[in-house]
Amino acid sequence: MATIVYGGARFAPLPDETLLDCLLRNEVAAPHSCKSGVCQSCMMRVRKGQVPVASQKGLRDTLRAQGYFLACMCVPEEDLSVSDVDAQGMRVHAQIAAIESLNARVVRVRVRTESTIEHRAGQFVNFVREDGLVRSYSIASVPELDEMLDFHVLHMREGSMSGWLHSSGALGATIQLQGPSGNCFYVPGTPEQPLLLAGTGTGLAPLYGIIRDALHQGHAGPIYLFHGSIEPDSLYLVEELRRLAEENSNTSYHPCVLRGEQAGVVTEPLDAYVFKVLPSLKGFKVYLCGHPDFVKLMQRKTFLAGAGLADIYADAFVTAAAPQTV
Amino acid sequence: MGNLYEQLGGAAAVDAAVDVFYRKVLSDDRIAHFFDNIDMERQAAKQKAFLTFAFGGPNNYSGLDMRRGHAHLVKQGLNDVHFDAVCEHLGGTLRELGVAEALVEQVLAVAESTRTDVLGR
Repeated sequence: MATIVYGGARFAPLPDETLLDCLLRNEVAAPHSCKSGVCQSCMMRVRKGQVPVASQKGLRDTLRAQGYFLACMCVPEEDLSVSDVDAQGMRVHAQIAAIESLNARVVRVRVRTESTIEHRAGQFVNFVREDGLVRSYSIASVPELDEMLDFHVLHMREGSMSGWLHSSGALGATIQLQGPSGNCFYVPGTPEQPLLLAGTGTGLAPLYGIIRDALHQGHAGPIYLFHGSIEPDSLYLVEELRRLAEENSNTSYHPCVLRGEQAGVVTEPLDAYVFKVLPSLKGFKVYLCGHPDFVKLMQRKTFLAGAGLADIYADAFVTAAAPQTV
Repeated sequence: MGNLYEQLGGAAAVDAAVDVFYRKVLSDDRIAHFFDNIDMERQAAKQKAFLTFAFGGPNNYSGLDMRRGHAHLVKQGLNDVHFDAVCEHLGGTLRELGVAEALVEQVLAVAESTRTDVLGR
């Protein structure tokens, strides 16, 4: 008979009993509502073991890949270790191994972790500094391609973490990484599907990881990468992306700025330019990263242009308003 | 002969309908503004739940839930015109997906049954 481990306690479900009913019977206040796999209030994550397919029905691919499931639809078939959806991820010790300039205001921070954290390019982690300061950054590296974790950090005005990462003091420093979180990552299974990747500023970081991840996994369908920035000097990785597009016939790179002129760069708001190139997004998978206003606007616009709700992956970079401490 | 939900095609029918339906709603200037500050992902789950209910599928919407859920929109001016617009799109979606007219009428009847609760009357 299957055993469930949850919140440090063990539970023994009755035959044919769902995980939700088992928890409720044991007076665990598990959130739920419709008990029919529709409202998703009972969503949990499996940490060890396999949940039955029926309990993941209706969840998008990135959630299924991370072990999310619906407790009301889960009749356990084997021992399972489960947790709440927002349970804090593990923390690992890490060291800032390299910091290099990508342009005047963006650095690439390379981090070596003491032990491996499972992650996908495009997810994000929390940097936890020794004094307790916490900030989130997206993973630009691909576990199969890069030795260490890469992050692109913009120097924010009065940025507590970004200011430090742009200073000489951060190199070699020990931090902790917590996570990963996020649903903006490549999931194999539809190799011919056209992909749209659009981001502003350091929203390029997750997209840079996702595009290399997709190509590494043999994605054959057309891939369109749009990078929006204020002016030509605020773009970065331009040469690398041009080369990526040259070396992969299914890939095109579209740098776009709000002002200024440069050969090979379009001057136009990105949310308008994308639809000049791609008026219809029917059948596309869409990844949107960066400024929250851009991401929100593009979620709606790409959906209205034909992309399915389940095919739109968004990661809005919300700036910390005040220093967060643990 | 199964019930309405089964006749429509169950969860697969909801999946096929939700994007089409939600796109119509967001493209309609009469009602799009009610969805302005909404988290799209969360809204997708709500649309799915609403369609499941309208298709006669499993749900636990009570009249009180509908009333409470729409109260803040009623304060913003939600009225019959908006309710009619949503029903228009519900019907339009089903017809576009080739659903038999008799079933469309049944779905619209389910939706209509929520009017007084949704509009807080």
